[in-house]
Amino acid sequence: MKRAAFTNRWLPILLLVPQISIIGIFFYWPAIHALRSSFYLQDPFGFSETFVGFSNYASLFNSPAYGRAAIFTVCFTLLVTILSLGIALLLAVKADKVVRGAKTYRTLLMWVYAVAPPVAGVMGLILFNQSWGPIADLFKSLGWDFALGVHYYDTAFAMVLISVWKQIPVNFIFFLSGLQSIPKSVREAAMIDNRSTAGRFWDVTFPLLAPTGFFLLITNITYSLFDTFGIIDTVVKGEPGNNPMTLVYKVYVDGFRGNDLGGSSAQSVVLMVLVLAMTVFQFRLVERRIHYT
Amino acid sequence: MKSEIKTYTRPQIKLLLIFDHGVLILGAAFMILPVLMLLQMTTMPDLFNMKTGPSLAIGDQLDDNFRKAMFEADGFSGANTGVRMLWNSMILGLGFAAGKIVLGMMAAYAIVYFRMRFATFAFWIIFTTLLLPLEVRILPSYEIVQHLGMLNTYQGLIIPLIASATATFFFRQYFRSIPEELIEAARIDGAGPFKFFVDILVPLSQTMIAAMFIIMFVYGWNQYLWPTMITTDEDMFTLVRGIKQITQSLEGTSLPEYGRANMLALVAILPPVLIVIFFQSWFVKGLTESDK
Repeated sequence: MKRAAFTNRWLPILLLVPQISIIGIFFYWPAIHALRSSFYLQDPFGFSETFVGFSNYASLFNSPAYGRAAIFTVCFTLLVTILSLGIALLLAVKADKVVRGAKTYRTLLMWVYAVAPPVAGVMGLILFNQSWGPIADLFKSLGWDFALGVHYYDTAFAMVLISVWKQIPVNFIFFLSGLQSIPKSVREAAMIDNRSTAGRFWDVTFPLLAPTGFFLLITNITYSLFDTFGIIDTVVKGEPGNNPMTLVYKVYVDGFRGNDLGGSSAQSVVLMVLVLAMTVFQFRLVERRIHYT
Repeated sequence: MKSEIKTYTRPQIKLLLIFDHGVLILGAAFMILPVLMLLQMTTMPDLFNMKTGPSLAIGDQLDDNFRKAMFEADGFSGANTGVRMLWNSMILGLGFAAGKIVLGMMAAYAIVYFRMRFATFAFWIIFTTLLLPLEVRILPSYEIVQHLGMLNTYQGLIIPLIASATATFFFRQYFRSIPEELIEAARIDGAGPFKFFVDILVPLSQTMIAAMFIIMFVYGWNQYLWPTMITTDEDMFTLVRGIKQITQSLEGTSLPEYGRANMLALVAILPPVLIVIFFQSWFVKGLTESDK
C-alpha cells in the first residue's frame, strides 16, 4: 500500500467484488465440494450418497492402477523437466553468444510457445504413426518395433518427446533473459580470470543463473503435471486402455469416464495437497534466493 | 580458478563459431520441422497421405484443403466449419485477455492505492487460486456451470476462468513501482480515485497492458480441457476444441482426411504464433515479469 493512499471506503470493495466473487463461485466452492465428495460414496445415478470416511482414500492408495500412474507421473515429470531445461539452457547459451542472426534464432526458438498442447499432440500422432510416421520409421530401421498406443513404453516415449518440444521455448526465454541480465563487467572480469569457455560457464555463468533455474524447476514440474493434459489426451486419443497416464489425466478419466465421483474427488484432493506443498517449497526458495546485483 | 593461458588460433575460433551456429540451427530445425510436415501434408491428396504419410513432395491440394477446412463441416449439425471455430477461438482469446486484465487491474488498484482493513486478506484469497488449477477441481466446476445453465455459452467458456492471480500480481507489482509523488500531485490537483485511475494509471500502464494481453490471449486461445467439457454444441467449438473431433474422425473413416485435419491444426496455431512473433518484445516482457 502506498503512503498517500485514497481513503474511500466503498470503492475498493466494489473494485474487488468481481474478482473475489468469481473466485468464490468457481474456485473455492468446487474445491470444497471436491473435498466433501471425497468422503462420500455416490450411487452411479447420482440419487444418493453415503458417508464413507477415508475409504475412498484407502482404496486409492491400495489401487495398483493408481500406484502405476503415480510412478509414471514421477518419471515423466523428471524426464520432461531435465530434458527441456537442459536443451533450452544449451540453446540459450549459444543464442546469447552468437552475433550474426541472433534475433532470427531467438524467434525460431520461441514461437512454439504459442502452439496449443493438443496441436502438438496431433503432430506427434503423425510423427509416430505406425505405418509411415517418420520417427517410427527411423526406430524401425534401427530394429525397434515402435508401436504408439500399443506398447506402454513407446507411448510414454512419444509423450515425453512432445512435452519436451512444447516446453523448450519457455525455458529458453527465461534462460536467455537471465543470461542477458548478467552485467558486462562481470563477464569481462571472468574473461580475464578464466580463459576456458567451459570453466567460465560452470564457475561464473551457471551460479548466476541459479535463481532462474530454481524458478524454472518449479514451473516445469507444474507444466509436466498439469499443462500436458492436452498432449496426453490427444496421444491416447481419449482411450486410456493400457496406456500410461499422469495423475491429473486419471482424475479426468475416473471422474468423467468411470463416473467414480468419490474416487476422482479423493484424487483431486491429493493433487491439491501436492500443489500446496510445491508452492510452500517455492516460497521458501524465493525467500532464500540470492541476488547478485 | 587458475588454468593455463590458452589462446585460440583464427581457424579454431572459426570452428567454434560454426559449432555454435550448428547447435542453434539444429535446435531451430527441431522446433520447426513438425509444423512444416503438417503444411506439406495439406498440399497432397488424401489418398497419397494415407498411403505414404509425410514426404518431400509438394502437391496442388493446398487451396482445396483450405476450402474444405474453413467452409465445410464434418459434424452432424454442419455447424463446425473452420470459420465458425476461428470466430469462437477469437472470442475466447479476446474475452479471456480483456476480462483478466480488467479484473486484475481493478483488484490491484484496490490493494495498492486504498487504505483498507482487509487488503492483505483479499490478496491471500486471490493468491490461493494458484493452488487450485482447473484440473484438480474440474468435476465440481463443471457441475456449477451446468447448474447456472451456462453450458454451451460464451459466458460459460470465459467467466469461470477469468479470475487471475497472475494478472493481479503483475499489475500490483507495477503499480507499486510507480513513484509516490504522482498520486500526491494528482490529489493536490484535485483528482479523485476514479479520475486518477482512468487518466493517469491506465495510460501509464499501456506497455504492461499490451504485454499481459498477449500472454492472456494465447493462454485463452489455447484452452483445451475447459472448452472440451462445457461445449457439446458443434457451433460452440473452438479450433483447439475441434482438434479432438479431428483426431477422432481420422480413426474410423476409410479415407482419413489428413489434408483437412492438418489445415485446421495450422489455422489453430497461426494467430497466436503470429502475435508472439510480431510483438516479441512485449511478449517476452509479459512472460518474464509476470511469473517472477
